[in-house]
Amino acid sequence: MEFEPVIGLEIHAQLLTDTKIFCGCSAKFGAAPNTHTCPICLGMPGVLPVLNRKVVEYMIRMALATHCRINTECNFARKNYFYPDLPKGYQISQYAHPPAEHGWIELEINSGKKRIGITRIHMEEDAGKLMHDERNPVSLVDLNRTGVPLIEIVSEPDIRSAEEAAAYLRRLHETIVYVGICDGNMEEGSFRCDANVSLRPKGAEKFGTRTELKNMNSFRNVQRAVEYEIKRQQYVLESGGVVAQETRLWDDTAGVTQPMRGKEEAHDYRYFPDPDLVPVVIDEAWIDEIRGSLPELPLEKRERFMRDYLISSYDAGVLTVSRALADYYEEVVRLSDQPKIAANWVMGDVLRFLNEEKKDVRECPIAPASLAAMIRLIQGGTISGKMAKEVVEAMYKTGKPPEEIVKEQGLVQITDEVALARTLAEIIGKNPAQVEQYRAGKEKVFGFFVGQAMKATQGKANPQLINDLLKKMLAG
Amino acid sequence: MELYGLTIHELQDRLRAGETTSAEITASVFGRIDAVEKEVRSYITLMRETAMIEAQAADVKIRKGDIGILTGIPIALKDLLCTKGVLTTCGSRILQNFIPPYDATVVEKLREAGAVFTGKTNMDEFAMGSSTETSFFGVTRNPWDLERIPGGSSGGSAAAVAADECIASIGSDTGGSIRQPAALCGVVGMKPTYGRVSRFGLIAFASSLDQIGPFTKDVEDCAIMMNVLAGYDPKESTSVPEDVPDYRQFLNKGIGGWTVGIPKEYFIDGIDPEVEAAVRRAIRVVEEAGAKCIEISLPHTEYCLAVYYIVAPAEACSNLARYDGVKYGFRSEEGRDLMEMYKKTRAAGFGAEVKRRIMIGTYALSSGYYDAYYKKASQVRALIKRDFDEAFTRCDVILTPTTPTPAFKVGERTDDPMQMYLSDIFTISTNLAGVPGISVPCGFTTAGLPVGVQFLAGHFQEGRLIQFASAYEKQAHIEQRRPKL
Repeated sequence: MEFEPVIGLEIHAQLLTDTKIFCGCSAKFGAAPNTHTCPICLGMPGVLPVLNRKVVEYMIRMALATHCRINTECNFARKNYFYPDLPKGYQISQYAHPPAEHGWIELEINSGKKRIGITRIHMEEDAGKLMHDERNPVSLVDLNRTGVPLIEIVSEPDIRSAEEAAAYLRRLHETIVYVGICDGNMEEGSFRCDANVSLRPKGAEKFGTRTELKNMNSFRNVQRAVEYEIKRQQYVLESGGVVAQETRLWDDTAGVTQPMRGKEEAHDYRYFPDPDLVPVVIDEAWIDEIRGSLPELPLEKRERFMRDYLISSYDAGVLTVSRALADYYEEVVRLSDQPKIAANWVMGDVLRFLNEEKKDVRECPIAPASLAAMIRLIQGGTISGKMAKEVVEAMYKTGKPPEEIVKEQGLVQITDEVALARTLAEIIGKNPAQVEQYRAGKEKVFGFFVGQAMKATQGKANPQLINDLLKKMLAG
Repeated sequence: MELYGLTIHELQDRLRAGETTSAEITASVFGRIDAVEKEVRSYITLMRETAMIEAQAADVKIRKGDIGILTGIPIALKDLLCTKGVLTTCGSRILQNFIPPYDATVVEKLREAGAVFTGKTNMDEFAMGSSTETSFFGVTRNPWDLERIPGGSSGGSAAAVAADECIASIGSDTGGSIRQPAALCGVVGMKPTYGRVSRFGLIAFASSLDQIGPFTKDVEDCAIMMNVLAGYDPKESTSVPEDVPDYRQFLNKGIGGWTVGIPKEYFIDGIDPEVEAAVRRAIRVVEEAGAKCIEISLPHTEYCLAVYYIVAPAEACSNLARYDGVKYGFRSEEGRDLMEMYKKTRAAGFGAEVKRRIMIGTYALSSGYYDAYYKKASQVRALIKRDFDEAFTRCDVILTPTTPTPAFKVGERTDDPMQMYLSDIFTISTNLAGVPGISVPCGFTTAGLPVGVQFLAGHFQEGRLIQFASAYEKQAHIEQRRPKL
C-alpha cells in the first residue's frame, strides 16, 4: 500500500525583547545562572504577572508577516503541570482564544508554489532549564530563561514530505528573523521545532495516529528526523503493526527517533483562563501602526531584486536569505551601479569567506563601500578580474580598502602602452619560429604570445591591451 | 481606658496633642498581647523588636510635625501578606520557614503611612476555612468566648482587634474571610471592590475573588484604613485605575432618603433567631435614620455556594501548585525521586481542608469536566453579578445578615465541611460579583456573642458604604461592651 505522510510543525521562537514577558528581568541569553530573576519569575508566593506590551507587538509582527487574522481580543490561560523548571507549577500560555489565526506562508517546491497553512500563533512564557550533574545525584535549576517571551507558531497538517518540512521551517525562520523579533538561533534554542508526523493510505481522508518528534536542533535534523519517522511508521504499518501515539526524541548520533521515557502518561493540563491577567485588546490602529513599521518581507524582496536588478531567481534567493545580506548587497549595488557583477562578488567570494569562518554578513570585514570601490576598479580597468580575486581576499583579511591593497601589492594593471609594447617586442624577438607560424595563418599561436606576455608581466597587464597590441605587432 | 483600647482616630488626637507617644501606645499593645495572647492566640509571629523601633521612629516624625495617615499606630497583618525578611506562613506547614524577599504593596503602603507592625496573625491554612481551625499553627479563640472560634479565615486579625492586641489589622476576604470573623468578633470589617486594593504580595487563594481589607474598632477607623489601602497598583493587572476619594469625607453625613434593599433570599431557614432579630433591629435603625427599606430579590443566590466551591478551588489548585518543595518552604526528605518528593512534600505540607479543595479544583478543571463545572460556574457567576447590577438600580445599599449564626464552638464543624461552608452563605455572593461589603456590629445574643450586619454597595462605592455604616453606627447606639479577658 502506498502511504502519504501528514506533517505539521510547532515552532517555539524566543522573542528579542529586552525584558521578560511578565516581569522586568532581562531576557538576554547567557548570564550566570539565576541572575536574571526576581520574585515574579521565580514564582514566589503572592507575586502577580503584568504583560510586556512589546511581546504583543512582536507577535503581531509575525502574525502580519504570515498573513494571519488578528483577533481583537485574546486572553491568557494557565497550563498546569509539575516540573522543577516551572516555578509556578503552571505555564502562562494561550489556549481557547489565541491572538492570531488562519495564516499561511508560501513555499517554492519542485512542482511549483505551495501554501502551508498556519493554524495559530500565540504568546507564552518559557520555562527554566534543568542541569544534571553526571557525578552527583543532584539536579540544578537555572531560572534565567523562565518568563522569556515565546511565540508558538502551529502549522496546519499541510506538509507532505521531509523536504517540505525543512522548506517550511526555513521559510518561517527566514521570516521571523526578517521581521526582527527572534535571532533564530537553533543551537541555543531560541528557535525550536517539534514535528507531528503520521501516515495515511494515499487518497484517504482520515489522519493516521501521529507521533510527536522533539529534540531536533537544526534544519538538517528536522529533515532527517521526519524522514526517519516516515520510514519507521511505514515499516510498522506494512508489517501489520500500529503506530503508538507518543513523543519521540531524535537521536542525532544514532540517526533514529526513540520514544521519550517516563512521560508516557497522558497529560491533562487543566487549562483555564488566568485570573491574574486581563484580556488583551488589539485595535486596528495598533495593527496598522505595526504594519507600517514592518520591513519588506523576503518573498517581496526576492521579486523586487529579480525585477530591478535583473538577476536570476536563484541569485535573488541567495541574496535575500537574510535581511542583513540583502541590505549589504543593495548597498554595494547603490555604490557601484553594477547589480549583476555585485551579485557575483557577494555570492561568490564574500559569502565563501564568511561561510568558511561561520560568520554573519554583519561581521564582514569588507564594507559594502569597499566592495563597490573594487568593482569600480575592475570596470575602470585598473585591475583585472583575476587580480581582483587576490584583492578581495586581502580586503577580507585586512579590512583595508581596495585602493590601498592594490598600491601596497603593486597590483596595478599595466596600462602603459609604451612599456607593454617594449615587453611584447622582446617576446616577439625571442620567438621567431612562432611568429613565422602565426603569420602563416596558424592563429592558435596567438594564445602562446598572450601567455608569454602575462607571464612576463606577472599577470598585471590589461588583457585587452595585450590583445590589441599583439595583433598590431604580429601583423608586422 | 488603656491606650490599647482606643481607636486610631482617638490615638491620633492624643499623638497630635502630644499627650502620648507611639512608643507608649506600642508598649501598651504589647503589654496587652502579653496578657491575653496565650488565651486568644491571634498571632503566628510577633514583631515586637521592630515594632518598638518603628514606634520610636514614628515619634521622631511626630515631633517634627511629619504625621502620616497612620503614623505610630500599631497594626497587625494577616500572615498571607508578604513581609520582607519576616516569616510569612499562610497558616501552612508548607510555608513554615518561608521568609519573603519582598513586601506586599499594601505592606509598603502601610509602612509609607507610618504604621507600626505588631506581627503576623493566624489564619485558616491558605485562607481556606471559616474558623481559623485549619491553621497549622493552632486555633485562634474568640475573645468573647474562648470556647468558640473567631471566624475565618482572617480569624487572627479579627480576634486581635477585638482583644485589643492591635489597634487595627489587615485581613483578606475571598468568600467572607473579613466580614464573617468581623461579625463573630464584634468589630468592623470591610471587603473592598475587587481591584480596589492591590493584591500584589497577597499569597493567593482564589485570584479572581481575593481582596484585602481592614478590621477596625469603628467605622471612622475603617475610613482611615481605606485611605491607606485603596488605589491603583501597576504591579497588578486586575487593579483598577479608579480615583480614590478621601473616605473620611463620608463620615457623619446621614442617609436620609436612601433606599435600602433587603434581599428576600437572605432571610432563610437555618438562620439563628437571635441573629435574625438583631438584623431586623438594624433594619429599623436605618429606617429611623431616614432610609427607606424595600424588599429586593437576588434570584441566583441559591447557586452562590455551588459556584464558589467550583471557582475558588479551581483557581486554588493552580495557585498552590508552586508549593512543590523545589524552591522554598517545606520539603519532605523521604522522596526517592522527583515524583515521590512532590507527593510526599504536598501530602505532609498541606492540611486536610487544603487538600480537599485542591482535589475539588483539579477535578473541576480536568478534561471532560471543565465545561460542566468550571465553565458552567463562570456562566452562573455572570448571572450573580447581574443580580447585583440590577438590584443596585433599585437601591443605594443592600442590607443582610453577615453570618447565619453567631460564633460556634471550636471543633463543632470541623468534621462537617458542608456546615462549615454554610457559615459564608451570606458573604460569598459579594466576592463572586466583585462588589464591596462591610460588616458592622449590630448587637449581642443573650449568651453575649456579637452579631454583625452586612451592607453591600455597587462597584467602587466604598464611600457610600462608609457613609451608610457611619450613619448606622451613630443611630444604633450599640452597647459599648468589651470582651472579658
